Amino acid sequence: MAINTVIPKKNRNIDDSFYREMKFVRMRTENLNFYYGKKQALKDININIYQNHSTAIIGPSGCGKSTLIRLFNRMNDLVPNTRIEGGIYLDDKDINGPKADVVEIRRKVGMVFQKPNPFPKTIYENLSYGLKIQGINDKTLIEQKVVESLQKAALWDEVKDRLHDNALGLSGGQQQRLCIARCIAVEPEVILFDEPCASLDPIATAKIEELIEELEKYYTIVIVTHNMQQASRVSEYTAFMYLGELIEFGKTEKIFTVPKEKKTEEYLSGKFG
Amino acid sequence: MIDAIKFRNYKENTYKWIFTILAFSSLVFLVGIIIVLFKEGLPIFKEVNLFKFLFGKSWYPTYDPPEFGIFPLMLASFWVMIGATIVCVPLGIGSALYLHELASFKQRAFLKPLIEMLAGVPSIVYGFFGMVIVAPFIQKLFNIPVGLSLFTASMILGIMAVPTVCSITEDALSYVPKSFREASFAVGANRWQTLTKVIIPAAGSGISTAIILGMSRIVGETMTVLMVSGGAAIIPKSIFDPVRPMTATIAAEMGECAMGSKHFHALFAIGLILFLVTLFFNIIAEIISRRYRLKLGLGR
Ligand SMILES: Nc1ncnc2c1ncn2[C@@H]1O[C@H](COP(=O)(O)OP(=O)(O)OP(=O)(O)O)[C@@H](O)[C@H]1O
Ligand SMILES: [Mg+2]
Repeated sequence: MAINTVIPKKNRNIDDSFYREMKFVRMRTENLNFYYGKKQALKDININIYQNHSTAIIGPSGCGKSTLIRLFNRMNDLVPNTRIEGGIYLDDKDINGPKADVVEIRRKVGMVFQKPNPFPKTIYENLSYGLKIQGINDKTLIEQKVVESLQKAALWDEVKDRLHDNALGLSGGQQQRLCIARCIAVEPEVILFDEPCASLDPIATAKIEELIEELEKYYTIVIVTHNMQQASRVSEYTAFMYLGELIEFGKTEKIFTVPKEKKTEEYLSGKFG
Repeated sequence: MIDAIKFRNYKENTYKWIFTILAFSSLVFLVGIIIVLFKEGLPIFKEVNLFKFLFGKSWYPTYDPPEFGIFPLMLASFWVMIGATIVCVPLGIGSALYLHELASFKQRAFLKPLIEMLAGVPSIVYGFFGMVIVAPFIQKLFNIPVGLSLFTASMILGIMAVPTVCSITEDALSYVPKSFREASFAVGANRWQTLTKVIIPAAGSGISTAIILGMSRIVGETMTVLMVSGGAAIIPKSIFDPVRPMTATIAAEMGECAMGSKHFHALFAIGLILFLVTLFFNIIAEIISRRYRLKLGLGR
């Protein structure tokens, strides 16, 4: 089985364990430094993102979580006046290298943003957009993928009767699930979540969390969160960042129960942040 | 203590009233203008009926008996509007797209004020430029008897409307939330796809507003059109014919006609029609842009 394939649900246990044992490194950074103008936002980051595991990135506001996660799909290309040192690798290929294809990378590494950002188009068009961009024109195929992604994002039942309504008419939580569906529709392999619940109410948050836990079965997930419970609930690995540095990285249960670094302990016990 | 609060309330109330009065004074002017236009314009319809006025083919206000058919004038305004729109839309939207998408920060800081300065040039200067430079050039280029024509007027007015179209389009583009662009890039779209499939559609109604306001500006423009359109009240047969748009007619003839004469009332009636047309354009633009803001969730 190719490493890139999404593992079907029913085979999950077998393949999952395979990946778990292999601890296949899907993405990693090597001595990564990042600058906004003269200001250094990331310092010497070395982190591994394991295939079919989920990794949470936690840390106080302004420590560089968003900056790091946005580097994984080159979203920071849009920010002028920035500089990268060191490498970011997807399947051992440098994503900033001269041969890297940014469109390809973003297709493989999808992203869900802090604020739900559906296009001001219909629900259907929101989902078909990425497919059409890829040059898929077969109507039945598109339709099938639209339905599939809505089902995976646990939104199908709520919107199946109004696929051709404007997406901005959905509630915040539904919009965020639509954004997740839009991301899934193009079949990424890694999904980056940057505080996906930050603008949602507790009920919508619970739904999204449940969804993310479900998605972990098929995708490699990186999630930035401010919410400790969320991190411990949804992730298997946790990275703690502070002032642009990666202070500690490891199994979530270890980080939360027996952190090695004093800073991590202080943060988790709510001394700052 | 109480006195201080009272005084503050008093002061606040005073400000409130001053600003309310200022705000409503523009309404008073508007109503005043409408009343005058109707009062001075309507009497002409005792002489000629509305149909003959609008569709009569000859405008000979000083003949005996005079003829008040404004069809050639309306047609002139219409064609100049179309011609100038053809000029200003690609230029205005193109420069807005350039400013918004491609220009570096420095280029933008330099170009944007420059284009806005174009809006500040007095219209008589455009007219002068058209008469002295563009018209003779066009005359030579196409080897035609006169350079002052529908074509020249369209060119000059089109250029005059570029800043309007450009800056409103640019605003519309920048109102499109950055998150749409990010969302599009995140599913693997490139810059061009994002621009054509997300940004421009999202800004679509804003861009239509820009075009309509540009057109409204063109229709209402007087001085330039008076100087470069040639001034013949005929139905144009080619784009190189001289024409006499409505605004130019009023400006040229108002000084010569006797107050209260039929001619005078006829000119006011033309003004009334112009007013209604531009009002119509502005209302359409307002409706579209309101709907657009709602669509993007920006409130009213
Ligand atoms: N576009 C930018 N230009 C300049 N500096 C930036 C930019 N974006 C972020 N920064 C700076 O980089 C640092 C890291 O920001 P980042 O957004 O990555 O933090 P964060 O950990 O995601 O914070 P939060 O939890 O508040 O989202 C901050 O000091 C921030 O001010
Ligand atoms: Mg952030």
